[in-house]
Amino acid sequence: METFMKLKQRMRLLKINRTRRKSSRSLAGNIFLGIFLSLIAILFIMPILIVVNNAFKPMNEMFMFPPKLFVLHPTLNNFFDLFEMASNTLVPFTRYVFNTVLTVFFGAVGHIVIASMCAFPLAKYKFPGSKFIMNMIIFSLMFSTAVTQVPNFIIISRLHLLNSYGAIIFPAFGYSLGLYLMKNFMEQIPDALLEAAKIDGSSAFDVLWQVVMPLVKPAWVTAFILVFQQLWTNTGSSYIYDESLKGVGYMLSQLASGGITSGVRSGLGVARAGVFSATSLLMFIVPVCVFFITQSNVISTMATSGMKE
Amino acid sequence: MLHRSGSFGAWFKLTIYQIKKHKLIYLMMAPFLIIFFIFTVLPVLQSIYYSFTDFNVLESPDWVGISNYKKLFLNDDIFKKAIQNTIMIAIFIGPLGYIFSYLLAWLINELPHKLGVLLTVIFYAPSMAGNLFYIFNLIFSSDSTGYLNGLLLKLGIIDEVVLWLQDENTMITIVIIVSLWMSLGVGFLSFIAGLKGVDPSQYEAGEIDGIKNRWQELWYITLPNMKPQLLFGAVMSITGSFSVGEVCNGLVGFPSPNYATHTIYNHLSDYGLIRMEMGYASAIAVVLFFLMIFANLLVQKFLRRVGT
Repeated sequence: METFMKLKQRMRLLKINRTRRKSSRSLAGNIFLGIFLSLIAILFIMPILIVVNNAFKPMNEMFMFPPKLFVLHPTLNNFFDLFEMASNTLVPFTRYVFNTVLTVFFGAVGHIVIASMCAFPLAKYKFPGSKFIMNMIIFSLMFSTAVTQVPNFIIISRLHLLNSYGAIIFPAFGYSLGLYLMKNFMEQIPDALLEAAKIDGSSAFDVLWQVVMPLVKPAWVTAFILVFQQLWTNTGSSYIYDESLKGVGYMLSQLASGGITSGVRSGLGVARAGVFSATSLLMFIVPVCVFFITQSNVISTMATSGMKE
Repeated sequence: MLHRSGSFGAWFKLTIYQIKKHKLIYLMMAPFLIIFFIFTVLPVLQSIYYSFTDFNVLESPDWVGISNYKKLFLNDDIFKKAIQNTIMIAIFIGPLGYIFSYLLAWLINELPHKLGVLLTVIFYAPSMAGNLFYIFNLIFSSDSTGYLNGLLLKLGIIDEVVLWLQDENTMITIVIIVSLWMSLGVGFLSFIAGLKGVDPSQYEAGEIDGIKNRWQELWYITLPNMKPQLLFGAVMSITGSFSVGEVCNGLVGFPSPNYATHTIYNHLSDYGLIRMEMGYASAIAVVLFFLMIFANLLVQKFLRRVGT
């Protein structure tokens, strides 16, 4: 354990001494890139501004000429309408929230635990079949899900998972994108560090949990966001019939559409345009908050710091 | 012959030995691989089988050999159009979106942490909420309450509204713009995280070795250090740009006027989800699959040259 502790200590020191490099940066370049970045940021934020503003617009402002980007007389009516509709649903609103939290929590945690156990050997060990498995995982990302829906449905029904949380949670475990992401980050961990842990007599399993996972925090935080996103928008409505097992995302999108399909598709349905904008903001703001909280916690980790051969 | 079979035997013994040696590793991988096999590999294999059958989802599939593929390549003009559109969109969105998201991630990495996080959220937001692109319907709306038409009318640039989303000529451009807006997805996130992992002492060493500006530093130090993320980002942008389709549906409706923005994905969901000709749809999926694998091979060849 001694060698390993020493290395860890050295890494911590390096983390403190990390200084920003300056000499290869010219002032003109900084200014140019600063302007470039802010221009793009403005372009990107414009549509989002429209979404936010629309949610607070009264009906008459939504269809006015010339269209105004910013709301003139902000109102919360759209949200009141939405809450009124939400409180009249068959299943209480809190039940939808509970379902979402439950599936996201178990889906994401299960995925990270199971996928990291598979990603680590693929990244750092040579064994028969490793290349084949990796290729299969990459290729699986390229097959369109539109045609695998039918076989998927058959499999889920054969496993007696239809109409249960399992129909959503278990497929999330085997999400290949998260595994691929984590594997790529584990590849960058210097071998010296792993060797040190191995000399101390730790098995691959121990090395993974004690050494590797703390180092690849950005990777599994990103994997968490991916699973969250997947489960937030994809509510598995084809595998679940019971209203009491469905999530918030599904419920909100149903409320907004209210049977008027043109409304969902284009956001132009007049009757529920207000509720639709309020819902869009909610559907959007929740993942953004989750993303913001998780990203703020990922401060530069030192996956490779000072450890390169 | 004898010699060869001897070496095969030796190889076999070695493999068995290695498998025994790595018992724990196989055990660790088992849970994921089992679930992955059940929910991903099995459905894919099943779909490949369907592509050789006539399958309408209700009755059991009938084996028809390669006739689905024959029909697809010889008798389906709309599919030709779809391939053209898909490749055109992929050529724009794939490389552009890829370079764009790397560049932005790289610039963000230079900023102070908090500002960086804020910009990351802004840039990633469009791909976070799946249906946010509906807002472009309001921007490009064909009446005077649309933001773009309203603005242009007010400025006197146009006298009458432009049917942005109904005109065959403007449609595909708009689809490309919106897809680019949404292209800063998972690849972008992995770039952001990967840049944080580059060893700072390498930059210091680079300065001593005579690196003069940020572009040299990018090419000789940053990029070679991020090869895993670059590969990952490439796979992401390939899968993303070849399966553009929902954006087209959301913006110009389905089917698009005169199939002007009809993509392979649209064609596939048309047969798979509307006409319920699952065999034919599966054949389209298999073609798309090989197209992506081919693109992936090309890109990987190119990425090997980075930093040399």
